Amino acid sequence: MKTDIILAGVGGQGILSIAATIAMAALDNDLNIKQSEVHGMSQRGGAVESHLRVSDKPVASDLIPIGQADIIISVEPMEGLRYLSYLSDEGWLVTNSKPLINITNYPDMDELNTEITKIKNHIVLDSDKIALQIKSPRSTNIVMLGAASPFIDIPYKSFEIGIKKIFGSKGESVVQLNLDALKAGREYAEAHIPVGSN
Amino acid sequence: MEKILLLGDEAIAQGAIDSGMSGMYAYPGTPSTEIMEFVQRSEVAKERNIHRKWSANEKTAMEASLGMSYAGKRSMVAMKHVGLNVAADVFMNSAITGVNGGLLVAVADDPSMHSSQNEQDSRYYGRFALIPILEPSNQQEAYDMSYEGMELSEKYNLPVMIRLTTRLSHSRSAVVRMAMRDENEISYPADPIQFVLLPSNARQKYKVLLDKLAELRKISDDSKYNTYFEGKDKSMGIIACGIGYNYLMENYSNGQCPYPVLKIGQYPLPTNMVKKIDEECEKLLIIEEGYPMVEELLRGFLNKEKRVHGRLDGTIPRAGELNPNIISAALGKGNGKTLQIPKIVANRPPQFCSGCSHKDVYEALNETMKQFSSDQRVFSDIGCYTLGALAPYKSIHTCVDMGASITMAKGAADAGVRPAIAVIGDSTFTHSGITGLLDAVNENTPITVIISDNSTTAMTGGQQSSAYAKLEDICIGIGVDPDHVRVFTPLKKYHEEMVKVLEEEIEYEGVSVVIPRRECIVTLTKKKKDKKKKANTEV
Repeated sequence: MKTDIILAGVGGQGILSIAATIAMAALDNDLNIKQSEVHGMSQRGGAVESHLRVSDKPVASDLIPIGQADIIISVEPMEGLRYLSYLSDEGWLVTNSKPLINITNYPDMDELNTEITKIKNHIVLDSDKIALQIKSPRSTNIVMLGAASPFIDIPYKSFEIGIKKIFGSKGESVVQLNLDALKAGREYAEAHIPVGSN
Repeated sequence: MEKILLLGDEAIAQGAIDSGMSGMYAYPGTPSTEIMEFVQRSEVAKERNIHRKWSANEKTAMEASLGMSYAGKRSMVAMKHVGLNVAADVFMNSAITGVNGGLLVAVADDPSMHSSQNEQDSRYYGRFALIPILEPSNQQEAYDMSYEGMELSEKYNLPVMIRLTTRLSHSRSAVVRMAMRDENEISYPADPIQFVLLPSNARQKYKVLLDKLAELRKISDDSKYNTYFEGKDKSMGIIACGIGYNYLMENYSNGQCPYPVLKIGQYPLPTNMVKKIDEECEKLLIIEEGYPMVEELLRGFLNKEKRVHGRLDGTIPRAGELNPNIISAALGKGNGKTLQIPKIVANRPPQFCSGCSHKDVYEALNETMKQFSSDQRVFSDIGCYTLGALAPYKSIHTCVDMGASITMAKGAADAGVRPAIAVIGDSTFTHSGITGLLDAVNENTPITVIISDNSTTAMTGGQQSSAYAKLEDICIGIGVDPDHVRVFTPLKKYHEEMVKVLEEEIEYEGVSVVIPRRECIVTLTKKKKDKKKKANTEV
């Protein structure tokens, strides 16, 4: 198996926690991993991305070649589109619908939605709302991971193990909130995967 | 042994800890910061009491590291590429003194300037100093090179450079550790004048260094980090340095490159291997992250044969970070059609955090500057506050090197510019601003220095600032008139007061220091959170 994932968002939205959780889940399955992230200047409210590659064969490049990503997970609707050149023809865009508007020239939401729905395989969810519903408003990022998890060839249980490892130091209640978020995202995606898609 | 997931930076740190390192020294700088941060979090480092505090700058860090080596113990100094400019004096001379305990110089370059002022290639420094350079292609190699680099350093009595680039520094993969080594005991260098670079000694020691070069080239040919992979198609040979090897192999999904490949991980270049690939192949493609150093060496100034290809002839772009697609194009394989990024996607540059103190400082400064001509310029420096160069503030007009705001303002004042204003951060000020301020004090140059004090090294993630609670004392201590050291809290509600202070100090024909002081909102929030967490667990 091989899954190449681009994670997109804005500095501070927690995409590195998503990446770390998937990486832990992959390690739990004895898979090879390379996960490249952005530190430094752009973390200050700028666009951030992480490349995550999981494979049963050795992974050469830390960066995903263009046109080869299997999934883009985006915590923000415009940010996912920024990396579209990486997505393969059959790849999935899994994106949050709730915009983070910290610039003056943020595009029109209707136009943005039109662009998102042009992509062959896409799942759009309001993960902020879902996170609120399960009373875990800070777990938007893990809701997104849950929604993307059906497209990653790793058993669901391993994601749970990943969450326990990544959030374990923050206490039992934080772990549980994130497990709930993972489940809520997963359930949303499973209910909304179009019939007949791969 | 158990696999652990580590960033390239963290692998360097773990390797050094496991090799019996007794002290680590550094000044934070992207993409090198996580090396020290890992050592600071390490349980083993705590148990062994490995030195792991931040230094004031890269020069003091490397000097302390050399001092620990002098005392016979193993140490590491880490910095970003431009930090090596600051440490260059001790770096160059440490090659001539040699070391006693093992000494690693971990330098992280930032091609494409993700978070830097330039993309200089530290391998030139290693070559300049005539010391061995190790350049990992992956996280396991980063660990191994750090672990074994200590031995290499002690064996050849030389500092050893480990050169990383952003992509490896900040990419995570599985690493297997080796057995922990004991630390060295204290022991002085056997030769009491080894570190005395008086000209008569220095000439001798330099000769000792030169005499090692043949041996260093020889061990490069035997190094496990330099590998020759045979290939059937001799129409081209490929030399791939460091992480460049990964981008090459990404283009061969079966793991088989048809051309002979020389993978480089240790410098000086392995003479016999380079000769072999040159003799075997019709032309050469050089893949290296950073400057075309190897390429330039191999093609020569006159480039008579035109057989060497890479960044200099446009086969690979001259500037910027490599990636698999750039190498695909260089191999003539091209890149397929991809989905188009919609035109409506807008740029999202980094910006000040909500509640950041620098914003209030720039509001006040902009208001103050309105009374001067519209073409007024302000000198500044390197840190979060550099974002003040961007809209909506556009308050500052320079960002060159650490500390340059003060000295450039001084030079401009000497040229007759009024007002001459510098904006610098607290950590940058103690890194390299103090000596510049002293220059201004000694001539009573009319400059106004704004030290925007957020009490941390913010841009790199909130590391301890050497300036903490010392700024007024430092400024007054080097001779700034205490009446012209003005401290206030940058908050919207004090806007008028800030403008008034700035106006008064700008008017003053001498050195004045204005210190707006309010803690970084990110570190403050984190502290509050930690406190709450602690209170919760104690209940």
